[in-house]
Amino acid sequence: MNPYYNAEDLKKFGNISEYDKPLAEKFFSWYGDVFAEGALTAREKSLIALAVSHAVQCPYCIDAYSEDTMAKGCTEEQMMEAVHVAAAIRGGASLVHATQMMNKVKELTM
Amino acid sequence: MKSLLAQQHILSNTSEQMQLLEDIVEGASIPSFKEKLYMLGFSPLRASGIEIFQVNVGKMCNQTCKHCHVDAGPDRKEIMTKGTMELCLSALKNSTIGTVDLTGGAPELNPNFRWFVEECVKLGKKVIDRCNLTIIYANKKYHDLPEFFAAHRVEVVSSLPFYNADRTDRQRGEGVFDISVKALQRLNSIGYGMKGSGLVLNLVYNPTGAFLSSSQEVLAAQFRKVLVEEFGIHFNNLYAITNMPISRFLEFLLRSGNYESYMEKLVNAFNPAAVSGVMCRNTISIGWDGYLYDCDFNQMLDLKISNGNPMHVRDFNTQFLNDREIILSQHCYGCTAGAGSSCGGEVVKVA
Ligand code: SF4
Ligand code: SF4
Repeated sequence: MNPYYNAEDLKKFGNISEYDKPLAEKFFSWYGDVFAEGALTAREKSLIALAVSHAVQCPYCIDAYSEDTMAKGCTEEQMMEAVHVAAAIRGGASLVHATQMMNKVKELTM
Repeated sequence: MKSLLAQQHILSNTSEQMQLLEDIVEGASIPSFKEKLYMLGFSPLRASGIEIFQVNVGKMCNQTCKHCHVDAGPDRKEIMTKGTMELCLSALKNSTIGTVDLTGGAPELNPNFRWFVEECVKLGKKVIDRCNLTIIYANKKYHDLPEFFAAHRVEVVSSLPFYNADRTDRQRGEGVFDISVKALQRLNSIGYGMKGSGLVLNLVYNPTGAFLSSSQEVLAAQFRKVLVEEFGIHFNNLYAITNMPISRFLEFLLRSGNYESYMEKLVNAFNPAAVSGVMCRNTISIGWDGYLYDCDFNQMLDLKISNGNPMHVRDFNTQFLNDREIILSQHCYGCTAGAGSSCGGEVVKVA
């Protein structure tokens, strides 16, 4: 069995409390509150989570939020647009550093 | 697409389906539904009176949806006769049951459909028709169904699994979404789903794959927004219904490798608060041949009431049926997942 990233491990997420119950409980309770309906709808939060899952490249979160966004009535287009937002920020975050590269090049060159 | 029966598919055999549902208890971490209720003190689960008389008037349908728990389709010939409908009417006449819920197949394909509706209305019963929408445009003779429904104040409950064509058609067949939109606009035009008309149009959402529905409220808001903005369609309520792991949906689960994980999802989402509201507690389901069942799902699994003592509508005995013991199996997890699921959607309000 591949020791890294087994889909089955997602189901064991709750087991993190085995090694530190109080912190795990705080995390899961906070997590639940974060995703509740608020100033943003639960559906909007789920789309944000889907985008962030791609930015942090977590396969567990991608599985979980692909299903969650679908269950909350999002379309494939909306889901893909959310991923493009993540990709654009990631791409942009690399590219904007080009200004630093340019600064350095200009500092060093005649 | 042909029905499982016409394909002579192994799953058209209800004992094969039951075997699969039972096997998963032995093989995997799926506890027995009956035992689960026992542990929680809900056993035996009994009916709490009958408010809804749900009649399956036949398995014939103009559609062959991929998730259909009836395995309905144009090739299904089982249809309720006028004689059996008459037996239903006498049972209704002698009871205080207020609602007759018509289902199928496409109930309107039964040649005595309109007569039966009229007779139920004469008895003072409220009639619900589970209309697949496309039937209205399937043939000229069905074009005036909206007017017929309105004349008899029939509540229309229609499936629309998603608010776009792509996902709807993948489940219900090519072109179904566009015709459904046309039919909904037509129903709206004569007052259905419109404020103050008293003509009720409810929609049924069910997930278009191996996932569970999120909150009915969240989905209803989304459906309302898109249907009004893009198509000018109005409706009263949206019912979110869980797909049952039986018949064609079971076939999909097995074929796509989702069966075990879907059952796990249902079990993990088990909500004890949903048990007392499961629809079999206030419903009796009548098969096309007149036999009685606890619900339409049990009907499709051939789980007749009650424990080896099948009852026909000709012997309808309200006293016995009112608190009969419900026949349960693993598919019942579909009714208790999350906020629960019934023909009227969620059964509990979740925070
Ligand atoms: S789900 Fe309804 S419309 Fe679709 S095939 Fe079954 S009975 Fe017909
Ligand atoms: S499947 Fe039928 S018998 Fe089982 S809980 Fe649901 S309504 Fe009741």
